Amino acid sequence: MTNISVKNVNLPSEEPHHESPGNWKEYFSFSTDHKVIGIQYLVTAFIFFLVGGIFAMVIRGELITPESDLVDRTFYNGMFTMHGTVMLFLWTFPSLVGFANYLVPLMIGARDMAFPRLNAVAFWMVPVVGILLMASFFVPGGPAQAGWWAYPPVSLQNPTGHLINGQVVWLLAVAISGVSSIMGAVNFVTTIVKMRAPGMGFFKMPLFVWAVFSAQIIQLFGLPALTAGAVMLLLDLTAGTAFFDPSKGGNPVMFQHYFWFYSHPAVYVIILPIFGIFSEIFPVYSRKPLFGYKVVAISSLLIAVVSAIVWVHHLYVSGTPAWMRMLFMVTTMLVSVPTGIKVFAWVATIWGGKIRLTTPMLFALGALIMFVFAGIVGIMLSSVPVDVHVNNTYFVVGHFHYVLFGTVTMGLYAAIYHWFPKMTGRMYYEGWGKLHFWLTFIGTNLNFLPMHPLGLQGMLRRISSYAPEYEFWNIIASLGSFLLGMSTLPFIFNMVVSWMHGQKAPANPWRAIGLEWLVSSPPPVENFEEIPIVISEPYGYGKSEPLTANIQNQSHPYKPHS
Amino acid sequence: MDSYLTSGESHHASGEHTHDEEGNKMFGFIVFLLSESVIFLSFFAGYIVYKITTPNWLPAGISGLEIKDPAINTVILVSSSFVIYLAERALQRHDLMKFRLFLGATMAMGSYFLLGQALEWNSLAFGFTSGVFGGMFYLLTGFHGLHVLTGIILQLIILVRSFNPGNYDTGHFGVNATSLFWHFVDVIWIVLFILIYLWQ
Repeated sequence: MTNISVKNVNLPSEEPHHESPGNWKEYFSFSTDHKVIGIQYLVTAFIFFLVGGIFAMVIRGELITPESDLVDRTFYNGMFTMHGTVMLFLWTFPSLVGFANYLVPLMIGARDMAFPRLNAVAFWMVPVVGILLMASFFVPGGPAQAGWWAYPPVSLQNPTGHLINGQVVWLLAVAISGVSSIMGAVNFVTTIVKMRAPGMGFFKMPLFVWAVFSAQIIQLFGLPALTAGAVMLLLDLTAGTAFFDPSKGGNPVMFQHYFWFYSHPAVYVIILPIFGIFSEIFPVYSRKPLFGYKVVAISSLLIAVVSAIVWVHHLYVSGTPAWMRMLFMVTTMLVSVPTGIKVFAWVATIWGGKIRLTTPMLFALGALIMFVFAGIVGIMLSSVPVDVHVNNTYFVVGHFHYVLFGTVTMGLYAAIYHWFPKMTGRMYYEGWGKLHFWLTFIGTNLNFLPMHPLGLQGMLRRISSYAPEYEFWNIIASLGSFLLGMSTLPFIFNMVVSWMHGQKAPANPWRAIGLEWLVSSPPPVENFEEIPIVISEPYGYGKSEPLTANIQNQSHPYKPHS
Repeated sequence: MDSYLTSGESHHASGEHTHDEEGNKMFGFIVFLLSESVIFLSFFAGYIVYKITTPNWLPAGISGLEIKDPAINTVILVSSSFVIYLAERALQRHDLMKFRLFLGATMAMGSYFLLGQALEWNSLAFGFTSGVFGGMFYLLTGFHGLHVLTGIILQLIILVRSFNPGNYDTGHFGVNATSLFWHFVDVIWIVLFILIYLWQ
């Protein structure tokens, strides 16, 4: 970075309001630097991922035998409710927001998010949500037991009679998480629309930015519906209103509409950034431009739009009239069109490329395979006759775990390895990364594949004891879950040791294209000494034209030690 | 609105950066309001579905809602949207006295609306827990009333700020946002009035 002209710039060292991002104490402070906040999100989310994983292993431990013998049923109900809640609201959402926080300003050539203080406030709500949820283990009656979807009338039961009970605490936590998400969404949309570097038109934005943009639009227009339903449920629980209580003339299915109007699109809030991560990773490790850039970009927005009209597929068996089921079957299947376009684009990108099977590429490929499998099963589930047959069985559980663990979590791992050198300034250990990948890949399939035959045979979800004929597949699934639990150990070891002692990372170890790779690793506090002027298309692998007019890439690719 | 944002001299002095930040804030606020309107839309959608599908919609002994007083309230609230617009215009002309006058009038009209609603609540023969209708009625009017109250508090803040000459230029985002919020609250009320009072 030595030959950059420095007229009209604020040199990073002269900026008084941020400390150096290398100082570990800053990660425990109210920082307004988007990079610090991004890492705060990621580390916090990962801690809760471990908590949610322990809950999962308790559930699988219980299910290893047909009898209910490890934990009592009340505790088991709390376990699966908290597992789902923690994994969604404290792992997948915040970790992806963490990546978006770290990467979006760098990728669009901005110095920070549009509203840095709002950004910090939104982050600090996440630990509050986590502490509240964990505290619910200590209120009378224990944590919420109605599952992460909190359907009434089950969620309206309050056997302890206390005003402060697990379900109320749960609703409060979800509400705070919602407020945090809306703050984040306003911030991301404003940042992406208003703060792109000169020359970066919408169709020069990296696809991760496109994905975040589409996902945050869903947050803005979907989340308020859940908020509305949650407020009404809270009033039913605490103030005696009748919205969802059938004993008072209310309609519990209305809650399902409010809930799924947001919570189905929420899946795309999680998975769109993963698609964005795929689109960043495949071209780099295949050394090819992304196939069909514009179509992939537009397909993200299309998924966001179509996702708003699919929610009733969760209500096929809730008394939904036949014409409505047909309508929503068609719209649900329609989602596979823009999604399929993306999958074909990635495959075409990899096809004939000069593939480097580093850890990020392995994880991205693994996640893509999982996603294709999940997508095929998803189309089966969108079909009314299949869904009616397997509704509320482990078939559904298997499907969404292929999405949420196989695709989202493995995609997150790909992203963590890919951007680890950028974030920490250190390289991770490739061997440990590969070990981590294989343990995860095998564990995922052992854990979640058996759920499909179990579901087809009729094993219901959310039960702690089952008929003995389901035992074989349950043992396999439980062993898979313990393997998944173990698979995080080499990852944690790798991250901690690499961050402390890893080889110093150059600015651009993967020879990738993108503004974030033009700055040092880790980036300086204000990101860019001079705001870059973008002059070329993204993903121009194999082309010689420069990416920007005023920054030239001076760094050399990373060569691992033999 | 753009000329308004750049009318103060300090904007010229500090250059493009400040202008961008003001623009970002306004954009972000509009995005937030769009999101906020979905909460109301969700309640409205719920109201419509409940009204169509609930067999005994009105609580026992209630034949309907009185329209006259709420209608007067509606006229006053909707008129206040024009008054706050006049306040904005006055500030554009650097006429601080008229700005304060019109802003005060808006606050008075908003307060009258809230008072009218409180009196109506007091006179009604059904409560929050009187079936789905009772819940929906108080939820919608209460949630909207909370927004009216928020609007009045915002107006109070920009009124107080207008007495400090130093805030004169930097207060523009606050004035624009408050005004926009007030129009938003009014539009929501019109839909609410049609749904609850006219469609009985």
